[in-house]
Amino acid sequence: MAEDTTNTQTEDKKLDNSSQFLSFSLGDEEYGIDILRVQEIRSWEPVSRIPNVPKYEKGVVNLRGAIVPIIDLRERFGLGHAEYNPLTVVVILQAKVEATNRTMGVVVDAVSDVVDVELSRIQNAPNFGAKVSTEFINGLVSVNERMVMLLDVAKLLQLEKLHEDHQDQYH
Amino acid sequence: MSIDMAQFHQVFFEESFEGLDAMESGLLNLDMGDVDDEVINTIFRAAHSIKGGSGTFGFTAVSDFTHVMETLLDEMRDGRRQVTQAAVNVLLGSVDCLREMLTAIQDDSDIDVETVSEHQQALEKELAQGGGALAQPVEVAAEVVEESVDPGASPGWEIAFSPHLGMLRTGNDPVRIFRELSELGDLEVTVDFRGMPSLNEIEPEDCHLSWKLILKGDVQESEINDIFDWVEDECDMAISPLRDENGDYIEAQAIDVEPVVEAVKQQPTPVAAKADAPTDVNKTTKPTVKSDSKSKDNKSSGSIRVDTSKIDTLINMVGELVITQSMLSLVGEHFEINKLDQLKNGLSQLERHTRELQESVMNIRMLPISFVFSRFPRLVHDLSTKLGKKIDLKLVGEQTEVDKTVVELLSDPLVHLVRNSLDHGIEMPAERLAAGKPENGTVILEAYHRGGNIVIEVVDDGKGLDKEKLRAKAIEKGLIEEDAILTDKQTYELIFMPGFSTAEQLTDVSGRGVGMDVVRRNIQTLGGNIEIISELGKGSTISIHLPLTLAILDGQSIAVGDERFIVPLGSIIESLNITDDQVNKVAGKGETFLLRDEYLPIVRMHEIFQVESAQRTNLMDGLVVVVEGQGVRCGLFVDDLLGQQQVVIKSLEANYRKVEGVSGATILGDGSVALILDIPGLVRLSNQ
Repeated sequence: MAEDTTNTQTEDKKLDNSSQFLSFSLGDEEYGIDILRVQEIRSWEPVSRIPNVPKYEKGVVNLRGAIVPIIDLRERFGLGHAEYNPLTVVVILQAKVEATNRTMGVVVDAVSDVVDVELSRIQNAPNFGAKVSTEFINGLVSVNERMVMLLDVAKLLQLEKLHEDHQDQYH
Repeated sequence: MSIDMAQFHQVFFEESFEGLDAMESGLLNLDMGDVDDEVINTIFRAAHSIKGGSGTFGFTAVSDFTHVMETLLDEMRDGRRQVTQAAVNVLLGSVDCLREMLTAIQDDSDIDVETVSEHQQALEKELAQGGGALAQPVEVAAEVVEESVDPGASPGWEIAFSPHLGMLRTGNDPVRIFRELSELGDLEVTVDFRGMPSLNEIEPEDCHLSWKLILKGDVQESEINDIFDWVEDECDMAISPLRDENGDYIEAQAIDVEPVVEAVKQQPTPVAAKADAPTDVNKTTKPTVKSDSKSKDNKSSGSIRVDTSKIDTLINMVGELVITQSMLSLVGEHFEINKLDQLKNGLSQLERHTRELQESVMNIRMLPISFVFSRFPRLVHDLSTKLGKKIDLKLVGEQTEVDKTVVELLSDPLVHLVRNSLDHGIEMPAERLAAGKPENGTVILEAYHRGGNIVIEVVDDGKGLDKEKLRAKAIEKGLIEEDAILTDKQTYELIFMPGFSTAEQLTDVSGRGVGMDVVRRNIQTLGGNIEIISELGKGSTISIHLPLTLAILDGQSIAVGDERFIVPLGSIIESLNITDDQVNKVAGKGETFLLRDEYLPIVRMHEIFQVESAQRTNLMDGLVVVVEGQGVRCGLFVDDLLGQQQVVIKSLEANYRKVEGVSGATILGDGSVALILDIPGLVRLSNQ
């Protein structure tokens, strides 16, 4: 419960004027996730595949008794497939989706850093129209002159919605 | 008073709801002619504890309301009032009302003041009617009436209150009492500290003070007495009416008099009250349903009451487990090969203890089905009155234990089935007599264990299902083709189709045709099935088969490529090797095979689950597992059968979502995840 309250506090950006993000890379791009959403970082291990779901939903693993889905963010964002190796990292995220706490793992190329970001420096994601999907991107921020895209974890975890959006591809 | 009372609220609510249930069943058991004192006492005690508790926690609306009920019950208990059906109906209505009030408080929502005052009026009418046929006028009721005739009679009260030395030690706080008094009217408190000893002699827990209280306003003496109820034996107290010549003041106060008095003022003649009583009960039917669903929500997240003996067994088991563990670690510390026997021994002990522990933990979740059944006497009582039918309800096997989740989810479907039996099944008394049946219809609710299942049956001796009528109706609604050939079983199954209802007349009890399909769906989500057997003119039997528990399942693991799945053992009929000549193609695509004169569709697991690693695509190489789910049979083509095991069902939906053809997941011995197959879902999937 204590965790929940801290989560809501950081979400309410007026309360706090700076927050920490975990940055990671996918190909050449750099992304950031609110560090309070990160439960743990694990190495890649084989998953149990789920039939008839989009390809980026790799499957489920047993995380200390809980069944947790694993999503490949590269494939989710259409950045092509990367071979998994022992250095491939799974970031376990959690967020409240519709009043329940959900846990999910995302496969990323590598975790880079924890960065302090002043909230006033976060810019809105530019609109690329239909060409580029920016629905998961909360904002952009520049860290050491590199652009980091900040992800909206709650949206990322809404798999039902994801599935509906992409159902046509599979049926 | 720094104790946070809120921490006791949950307990209070639980106890109160239990008390209400006790009152309800007690009231239903009251035999008009020959009243059992013990039953009345039970009802009275329940009402009294609710009143006491709600007073303590400051839920005045509840305690005021219960007080009126209590007065009525008290008179019945003392034999000053005869128990009449009208009075029982009013009391039943009040129980519902009280339940609603408590639910409202629990949910922090507003109490429906209108309903409450409606019931309170009904109660007071009943109260004012005096003791039925008994000649002796009822003291309290008389007093109330008098009060209403002349509300200005008592301008207030003077109370001399001197607690005994030890009153504070019994947990009573005069400040609380004063606060409650001040809610009744304008309170003036004068403290008398002449009794105070000097500072060095003072014992901090003694009460040396006494008070003189002047309570102005239109208050009845009994209300004051109620407040002092708890401290009666701990103090000297004198209440005397206040002589006050200040008439203006009283009139000004009369505007916001207590609702009790208000209610009595509106009281019509007792004759009208009698006629009103049944309608009041009817009016409450709807809110009851509402509050039921609410309280169910609370229950599902709430606590569970467990037999102490079950806990003791559990503790013993854990003790054994700890001993085994220390023994094993001792063996492991200096392990030599000659200790191998000891190690094996320890491991088998560990296995046994784990299994026993698992069983007893599961046992804790088991509740007797009477938790569901107990609400039916009331339901049948209310409904049969409403429908004008005479119905006896029999409950059989109430002590049969089922998993808590099943108990909770079973309640709504069962209510629906029983209502249906009452409404459509049982005929009117005249009709029954004409058919040569006893006037009273019988509905039996029975629960028993069979195999790993629990079976619940709703049996009625009513008119049964009319096959011809069902058929005609289904054709009319376009649910089946006109020339469809249906077996008896299939005909009866029609009533589970959405949008099907044979009732000629819609009543608010049943007949909208949205019921049975929902019932079936609910039962199926619990992993069970529902069947109906009926004989025209003799009655119907609806049986529900449910798994004992939802948390553990006997499963058969199967291999497809290098993936593993679990098939619920209960849905497997047989597994076999098939040969080429058994297989037929339908329309060039669908495959079927012949099994004992029945053509079964073949579902290739590796195709519908897109298993890329599957090697055996030739039907001859693998195995066909014949499975059944929701009345549909099919053959699953798999690579191999691996073994049977009990698996713990884990939800996929907790972190993920529902997947077609999969009912859940489990964790295998090696820590990997295997999906549990949902047979009906698979069949749907293969039809797409």
